Amino acid sequence: MDFQLSDDQRALRTGMRDLLAGRFGRDALRAAVEGGGGVGRELWRELGAAGCFALRLPETAGGVGLGLPESVLLFEELGRVLLPGPLAATELAAGAVKGAAEGEAVVAVADGDLPVAHLADADALLVLAGDRARVLTGAALRRALDGARPVRSLDPGTPLWRVPDLSGYEGEPVADGARLRREGALLTAAEQLGSAVRSQEAAVQHAGEREQFGARIGSFQAVKHLCADMLVRAELARTAVYAAAVTAVPVEIAGAKLLADEAAVRNARDCLQVHGGMGFTWEADVHLHLKRAWLRAGGWLAAGGAEELLAADLE
Amino acid sequence: MDLAYTPQEEAFRARLREWLAAVLPGLPAKPDPGDWPGRRAYDAGWQRLLYDAGYAGLHWPADAGGRGATPTQHLIFLEETERAGAPYVGANFVGLLHAGPTVAAEGTPEQRARWLPPVLRGDEMWCQGFSEPGAGSDLAALRTRAVRDGDAYVVSGQKIWTSHAEVADWCELLVRTDPEAPKHRGISWLAMRMDSPGVTVRPLRTLAGSTEFAEMFLDEVRVPVSHRVGAENDGWRVTMVTLSFERGTAFVGEVVACRRTLAALAAEARRTGRWDDAVLRRRLGRLNAEFRALWRLTQWNVSEAQATGGVPGTGGSVFKLRYSHARQELYEAAAEVLGAGDALDLDREWVRDRLSSLSYTIAAGTSQIQRNIVAERILGLPKGR
Ligand SMILES: Cc1cc2nc3c(=O)[nH]c(=O)nc-3n(C[C@H](O)[C@H](O)[C@H](O)COP(=O)(O)OP(=O)(O)OC[C@H]3O[C@@H](n4cnc5c(N)ncnc54)[C@H](O)[C@@H]3O)c2cc1C
Repeated sequence: MDFQLSDDQRALRTGMRDLLAGRFGRDALRAAVEGGGGVGRELWRELGAAGCFALRLPETAGGVGLGLPESVLLFEELGRVLLPGPLAATELAAGAVKGAAEGEAVVAVADGDLPVAHLADADALLVLAGDRARVLTGAALRRALDGARPVRSLDPGTPLWRVPDLSGYEGEPVADGARLRREGALLTAAEQLGSAVRSQEAAVQHAGEREQFGARIGSFQAVKHLCADMLVRAELARTAVYAAAVTAVPVEIAGAKLLADEAAVRNARDCLQVHGGMGFTWEADVHLHLKRAWLRAGGWLAAGGAEELLAADLE
Repeated sequence: MDLAYTPQEEAFRARLREWLAAVLPGLPAKPDPGDWPGRRAYDAGWQRLLYDAGYAGLHWPADAGGRGATPTQHLIFLEETERAGAPYVGANFVGLLHAGPTVAAEGTPEQRARWLPPVLRGDEMWCQGFSEPGAGSDLAALRTRAVRDGDAYVVSGQKIWTSHAEVADWCELLVRTDPEAPKHRGISWLAMRMDSPGVTVRPLRTLAGSTEFAEMFLDEVRVPVSHRVGAENDGWRVTMVTLSFERGTAFVGEVVACRRTLAALAAEARRTGRWDDAVLRRRLGRLNAEFRALWRLTQWNVSEAQATGGVPGTGGSVFKLRYSHARQELYEAAAEVLGAGDALDLDREWVRDRLSSLSYTIAAGTSQIQRNIVAERILGLPKGR
């Protein structure tokens, strides 16, 4: 058993972290938010070139031929920096939608009653209905967009639309919708993990700098213990997500999503608390992590469904 | 990153499984929890079986009489023994899991030769005399003093919460050998015979009604200087070694047990129809995620220890914090599965376990102390006052 990152995996993660640090730092995040949270096409292409979407495609199909663990490591990094865009759907559609693997196409996802994120930016729409999946493009996609109504999105980084009933819209079937659902949940869990860790780091940094009562607030136990719980949540989510990526067992993925959702949401809330009044402002990034965490927790296997799956597993 | 076991590890697992299947049916019946001599005999018997089969001190270094097994093999051992329903370490806990490893790591060749083999054979049992009435979380505030008199220390003071004191032969004892030094500097780590003149053990009754631990009064007890492990006044460092063993691996097998209990809870809820309650069902589902993840966290920590080849690290605190909480949640759910009436019945095992789970956030360092450790040693936050 060697449940540690290999050197190649570390290198992959470092590479993505460096790329994002250079191309999507804090200013870029704020600009994206103020700009309404659309998809930055240029960066999307760069991510494509870095293998972000094609990572799991076989080399014969122009991919990198790696597995879920590697994708999870990259998505953790994307989650850390709150990169906007339908990342999981585009990764899942690589191979099925032309240009998705290269980062030329943006693929949004529609699932049940949930609003659709980034619909106006989408070149294709992955429609999930139970265990079936299909892709709308061209005229069908345009028709869906024409019938859609924008939602004033809670998450300023993610524009949302309510779409009409899509059941009558023609699309290209995609194999194994159940697998897409699972993998979408896992990749989203990885983003949540990245966000949870980032919130923890931000809280610890602030607690180590801000002074009250003549001492750094991180020396106060009430604050310290909030931070410790954040680390514990993030580390438990990390092992759950990594293990699920290795085994790809459905119930393990459900557990990973549940714990990663909890870690991202609770860590963002605790981070807000540690930041005091500043945490309640638009200028601090805390609310961005919390809002995105709420959004991700609601989709790709939300708590109720995950808990039912995990309960059904108890024999 | 993989979770696969090597063929050697799987072969080890298969042999162990076979051995357990052969030996477990022949075990005597479990003694009554209040019958301490019976418990001691039972635990000693099990340890002897392990010893004869070559499974005693699996994870101890070979030159300390152990098998020098890898952390992963130790994990497999805990997993398989727990899964097969084999006895737990019981009264051998301190000797096998922390006093022994501490002596192995810090003791002289004579001390290792004297103390380690009887622990492995189950002939001698140890207890831990660290806590005092005035020194619990603040362990270094301990006051039990040891004054040098020729080739012996004369020890006087009081210890408390000493688990298994009633049946122990030896005690890993922390004493103050220099009252003038700063509090962390004047401590020494001694091995004291429990039948020494001047040792009085008074059992304390726990909230579960049992006598798991005791008060220990020490009145001019003579302990040979040769029974000191580590240098005089260097006991705090030795203690840190002990505590890292205590927190590092001590709870691993229990996670497997909790997963089994959770499955039994679900089966019971199905039988009684309580499973139809979605709130309860989902609560059990969430606990499934929790214990699965805790198991994975254990594997992660073990794999990390294997990679770095060292003493278990601070990962133990992360694990202990979450595990102790999850265990309490498990038995809260159990009470709900049982229903209001049965949850009051002390003849139900889950009710007794619910009571004992209350100690998990206290013993071996409270959750508050673990949070301090995580915040200060892992996150690097400033020390508090
Ligand atoms: C079942 C059981 C078995 C045990 N077995 C043994 C044994 O075999 N040998 C042995 O030596 N000891 C043993 N102990 C003792 C155990 O290690 C101590 O109980 C524990 O370390 C807490 O110390 P205390 O009981 O003095 O509580 P205290 O230290 O008085 O703590 C009381 C409360 O105050 C909090 N607190 C204290 N200090 C701080 C701080 N700095 N910051 C925040 N909160 C704080 C604690 O978290 C706790 O909630 C056992 C305990 C139990 C429950």
